Amino acid sequence: MSLLQSTQLRPDASASAARRAFIRAWPEFQNPVAWLVALILVIMPLIANGFFLIEIFGTTLILGIIALSLMFLAGYGGMVSLMQLTIAGFAGYMVAVFGVSANTNISLGWPWWLATPMALALATLFGTLGGALAVRTEGIYTIMITLAIGAAFYYFTNQNWAIFNGHTGINTVATPQFWGVDWRSDIAFYYVILGVAAICYFAVQYVSRAPFGLALQGVRDNARRMAALGFNTNAHRIAAYAFASFVAALGGVLQVWNYRQISPGSVSVGACIDILIIAIVGGITRPIGPFIGALIFVLLRTFALDFLVKVGLDGNRFRLLIGLGFLAIVFWSSDGVIGLWERWRRRDASAGARPGGGRHG
Amino acid sequence: MTRFIERHPVWALIVIIAVAVLLWLVFAIWPPGLEAAVGRKRVFLNAILNGITLGGLYFLVASGFTLIFGLMRNVNLAHGSLYLFGGYIGYAISTWTGSWILSFIVAFIGVALLGVLLQIVVFRRMEGQDLRQTMVTIGLSIVFADLMLWVFGGDFYQVQTPSWLIGPVPLPLITAVKSSGEPVYLQYPLVRLVIFVASVVIGIAMWLALNRTRIGMIVRAGVDDRDILAATGVRIQLVFVLVFALGAGLAGIAGVVGGTFQSLSPGEDTRFLLASLVVVIVGGMGSIPGAALGAVIIGLAEQLGSVYIPTYAIVVTFLIMVLVLALRPQGLLARR
Repeated sequence: MSLLQSTQLRPDASASAARRAFIRAWPEFQNPVAWLVALILVIMPLIANGFFLIEIFGTTLILGIIALSLMFLAGYGGMVSLMQLTIAGFAGYMVAVFGVSANTNISLGWPWWLATPMALALATLFGTLGGALAVRTEGIYTIMITLAIGAAFYYFTNQNWAIFNGHTGINTVATPQFWGVDWRSDIAFYYVILGVAAICYFAVQYVSRAPFGLALQGVRDNARRMAALGFNTNAHRIAAYAFASFVAALGGVLQVWNYRQISPGSVSVGACIDILIIAIVGGITRPIGPFIGALIFVLLRTFALDFLVKVGLDGNRFRLLIGLGFLAIVFWSSDGVIGLWERWRRRDASAGARPGGGRHG
Repeated sequence: MTRFIERHPVWALIVIIAVAVLLWLVFAIWPPGLEAAVGRKRVFLNAILNGITLGGLYFLVASGFTLIFGLMRNVNLAHGSLYLFGGYIGYAISTWTGSWILSFIVAFIGVALLGVLLQIVVFRRMEGQDLRQTMVTIGLSIVFADLMLWVFGGDFYQVQTPSWLIGPVPLPLITAVKSSGEPVYLQYPLVRLVIFVASVVIGIAMWLALNRTRIGMIVRAGVDDRDILAATGVRIQLVFVLVFALGAGLAGIAGVVGGTFQSLSPGEDTRFLLASLVVVIVGGMGSIPGAALGAVIIGLAEQLGSVYIPTYAIVVTFLIMVLVLALRPQGLLARR
């Protein structure tokens, strides 16, 4: 009898266990705020006009994807790579070189469904090789090496006319059109970006909880102990670079479709550092951080000029504002805006002294 | 030296052959076949000399960077901004007073003071937090770049070369032989030679100061293990401030040098930051002789590259970095 009972109970128990495991794996699905944000993002085309849809939210999501790849490396792997934008830019250049553009002497004119995977593959390869180089040294050197790679690529695109068309870059890059839809029209393109961003976000979230991600975090915390346990630490790091490069490459492809042109200015050292700023300001402990940072960055970039002029200052001092804001964040919060918000909430919760209040973050 | 030959006979042989070929190319009169294949010898010699003098400039920038990094583990990504700041100070002083020498002194003192300020106000508060310090230097480089753009605008400036240094001098290097049998000697700008000699003198002075004086001994001990050094009673904070001031001041001097034989404009800060990064990665982080070797290698690679493979010149520099990282990740002359 007892045997029968236990067999009757088992499916129920395993179902609830599976449910619990699912919740533990994806806590977002339990969070009403996350559902609300998702809903707003999905119905955004009803709320926002074309300018806001692409210039603000589309750009935010694209920069967020690129910064997300940095967040993955820095947050889970402990490797602050300044070349994520370079990888994205490389992917963008490859789309322009293999695909169709106004520079017919350079572009090979492949259809988009061939050029895009090619660009993604090459950019991932580029990023993985760069990563393999960067993991030769440790810790703080990573920044130097990746910055050197990024800067070298920038000067190379400036110098080279055969592939990258020098400082004028490649213009009027074709964007995909199929099934009777122009995928670069505002609303369709917004959904493309949103879809890719969501996939990247959940992929990073998933990888961070998969055995590989856990091992990577182990390598971050104590590489020597992980090596003693039999993990190939360098292989884990390089694999992390490969994954992050693919994410960054996706962002780069979207970016070149967004602006329809690419030039050395898109991969300049300043732009590489902007990605770091976005990730740090947003917070590098959680995948949502880069998107928050990107939103702040894009809003500042778009409206700082008007704002500064209105306050009576020189409108060109946008970068000064960004730099000072970044310094303030680095000084007062090691975990960006998310950290500030959490600290504020914790203080709020302890001040209110609600019994059992405050979820575990 | 002999130990290096004993331990790496093959590498030593390759280095010796490369140096011998280079010396032959510099001193011999090129046979017509070679000139037809490679180009005029004058072009080659100019590229070599430009590369070496550029290496001198790179050494000035990178030695400060590597000194600060070696002692304080602070990757100062605002080093390029210090370079550009020094250049602008030098430009302002030289147009105001007309004295080239004075502009060096003022640039050194001005940028060194800025370095002292940075070390005391900013970096001392976050000692031991490498990553955070680096982030702060990135933020500072953005702020400095924008402030300098604000004050000086986007124009190109050039520090006036003093009249007694203008003009070429003949060097005892034969570029070609005329049909009459009369040798043609190479003409080279005097100012670049003077600056190169000055950077060699500064390099030797630094080497002597580091290896032959008490303060140099303290700095070297700090590079090896600053915690133990602090425990022996040395006032390590004072040493940090001094080294930061020296490193920053060198960047300032380099700015005036760069402003004299190149030009100053926004974006130069990034260029010289990249140069010092690559030089230090190639030469070995925290090593002054490494910075000198790396600077000459990178300077030569850049100049020869831009003469013989113009659109891929930066790739040569980059490949050297890749090669060094692949074979000797700690850099050519690092002891670690």
